Amino acid sequence: MYERHILICAGTGCISSGTISVKDALENELKKHNLQDKVRIILSGCHGFCEKGPIFIVYPEDIFYCEVQAEDVPELVEEYLIKGNVVERLLYKDPTTDMAITSHDEIPFYSRQKRQVLRNCGVIDPESIDEYIIRGGYVGLENALKMDRMGIINEVKSSGLRGRGGAGFPTGMKWEFAYRSPGDKKYVVCNADEGDPGAFMDRSVLEGDPHAVLEGLIIAGLAIGSDEAYIYVRAEYPLAIQRLKTAITQAEEYGVLGENILNSGANFKINIKEGAGAFVCGEETALLASIEGERGMPRPRPPFPAVKGLWEKPTCINNVETLANIPLILRKGAAWYSTVGTESSKGTKIFALTGKVNNTGLCEVPMGISLREIVFDIGGGIRDGKKYKAVQIGGPSGGCIPEDLLDLPVDFDSLTAAGAMMGSGGMVVMDEDTCMVDLARYFLSFTQSESCGKCTPCREGTKRMLEILQRITKGKGEPEDIPRLEQLAAAVKDSSLCGLGQTAPNPVLTTLRYFRDEYEAHIFDRRCPAGVCKELLSYYIDSELCTGCRACVRVCPTDAISGERKEPHTIDETKCISCGACFDRCRFDAVKTK
Amino acid sequence: MSGVTATGTEKDFAYDKVETLLQEFTGKKGVTVPVLQKIQEEFGYLPRPAMEYVAKRLRIPISKIFGVATFYAQFHLHPRGRNIIRVCRGTACHVRGVSKVAEKIQEILGIGVGETTEDLNFTYEEVACIGACGLAPVMTINDKTYGKLASNKLKGILKKY
Ligand SMILES: Cc1cc2nc3c(=O)[nH]c(=O)nc-3n(C[C@H](O)[C@H](O)[C@H](O)COP(=O)(O)O)c2cc1C
Ligand code: FES
Repeated sequence: MYERHILICAGTGCISSGTISVKDALENELKKHNLQDKVRIILSGCHGFCEKGPIFIVYPEDIFYCEVQAEDVPELVEEYLIKGNVVERLLYKDPTTDMAITSHDEIPFYSRQKRQVLRNCGVIDPESIDEYIIRGGYVGLENALKMDRMGIINEVKSSGLRGRGGAGFPTGMKWEFAYRSPGDKKYVVCNADEGDPGAFMDRSVLEGDPHAVLEGLIIAGLAIGSDEAYIYVRAEYPLAIQRLKTAITQAEEYGVLGENILNSGANFKINIKEGAGAFVCGEETALLASIEGERGMPRPRPPFPAVKGLWEKPTCINNVETLANIPLILRKGAAWYSTVGTESSKGTKIFALTGKVNNTGLCEVPMGISLREIVFDIGGGIRDGKKYKAVQIGGPSGGCIPEDLLDLPVDFDSLTAAGAMMGSGGMVVMDEDTCMVDLARYFLSFTQSESCGKCTPCREGTKRMLEILQRITKGKGEPEDIPRLEQLAAAVKDSSLCGLGQTAPNPVLTTLRYFRDEYEAHIFDRRCPAGVCKELLSYYIDSELCTGCRACVRVCPTDAISGERKEPHTIDETKCISCGACFDRCRFDAVKTK
Repeated sequence: MSGVTATGTEKDFAYDKVETLLQEFTGKKGVTVPVLQKIQEEFGYLPRPAMEYVAKRLRIPISKIFGVATFYAQFHLHPRGRNIIRVCRGTACHVRGVSKVAEKIQEILGIGVGETTEDLNFTYEEVACIGACGLAPVMTINDKTYGKLASNKLKGILKKY
């Protein structure tokens, strides 16, 4: 019998911060003290608090250590495991009160969340089906096997679950379409392409609780009458792919997958397809083309995939997080599920909270929570005491939300009304140092390069919009550029073939709606208020800080800097071309921008 | 010179390797992408003779194979360096100033996006989101992830390779 369990987070974030060397050190140290039979080490899925990784939790006491490195392990074993003295310096410290917190439930980052879908992530060993089953896994499947097809579909319908992949289409309704489509062969597809740059919810679910996704897929298969599924995963997610493969093998051994599932007579097979790096392949029809081995280009809808999908067969496509909700609904019932959330958006949503907040990581919140709570309570506010400017929701298809809308309840409809969208759940926080024009340019350059080129409005329209934005950020904007952008945006939105083009203008439209003054400052005053756009900055030297080392004089390509050795230097603004070379060179932070 | 003759074959190319890779795919549908993935795994990139061979064996027009190969960011038509640097240009990294890091690496190595150093030691690439946004700005070199990057840390990291 083990006396203690130690969970070390083995999500991608923590692994890159050093989880494996911590684990090796711990194994050594336990052996040294002859504790290897008393303490069990578990590599868990993502705890969400990637910023503070590697995360190291000791059970049963539930002591939460963070930013643990291999060098810290001897002290942890000696002081804590043997002598029972909590190692204070490795505890989480509340940034506002500077108080150390021992248990993870008390850390505001966790206490404000509602971890339903992530209930197992970071808690179980993702490579063990037994641990999944102990926590109620595959009970939903057993229940589903006792129901008929419409029974399952009605349960999902009345739960109010809407797709988490972006558009928020009611899942039960989608299943019913696929069920009612005539056809001897039907497919279920799990969309794990997660193309939104800056989001990693699906990755963490796949890595931390792969069986939940499999169970959801199997239930979807039962409901629509399909015996074969594909999971389309980004090749950039090797760990997720490996965990899925392990989980599939285990599920087959346990008889919950494969032939004659749990003696019900139903068969189900799951294939994994690796995506090859194209954002548009997250769009459902492009994804199907990609599985078929073609260029991943979207097709016009209708016919919808539910009628004519993979190899022309009726196909039901759902997102990873959508599917991970299904086992819960079938286990605990639609009535239970729909108690959380708002009128039109039920359940929880996982967000990848990143950017300029104190606590970056993954958080799961009930629908309807305000943005303020996410950014300031869970996220711990803005870094370095800076001022909040906006949060970008929904990635390149979404939009930004300014400060006066911070109390907006987060659900599908209110975000759409604000010009943003739920998207898959990327949430990037920006502060006063972020230039909103540059941000719009950034997103457009992303969508422009990912446009597949099939339809003209998207291919040409995004290109022209990008050129205008580049011009503005370089200080060459023209007064007509704002109306031009608005006109192009409307045309691209209305006439593009797929969701990529239809949503690509959103970042431009929302920044224009909420931060028009920044565009105007760039165009009319040739000024970048946030100090980001290089060509619009003017540089000066702070004479207090300058030591007169002449380093900047040597790198200046236009000889704009003058001054004697050991005397403060000055920049001649008429010669300066704002290249920033002196700024990068100065070791004393004496070169400033305005 | 690619060494491709008029018939599109090359004498000393390891066709047998391609043939072996094709075995597990015969008779299956939707195999173009996985076949190309396998070839790239074997050769490190997609050599032209290999693509031509696949086209013939699977009876797919070469233009179609080429179309697929150039559509996806994952495929490369030229040999690549021993160490692959991938700098994340995702949103979280953008907001936390990855541009400076990206510029600095290109300056140190003297190459641009998608290029390889002359000694074949490094290939420099940019990708959208590595999925470690909590540690932004992020890059990976081969399988190792480096987070919380700053321009002054880069030389030290690159020295290790
Ligand atoms: C350009 C584009 C990219 C998309 N990327 C993704 C993605 O990465 N993951 C995803 O689940 N859905 C993505 N979608 C949405 C899918 O087309 C589809 O609506 C979704 O997978 C349906 O699943 P759901 O109903 O469970 O949300 C994308 C859509 C568009 C237009
Ligand atoms: S945006 Fe860089 S890792 Fe996600």
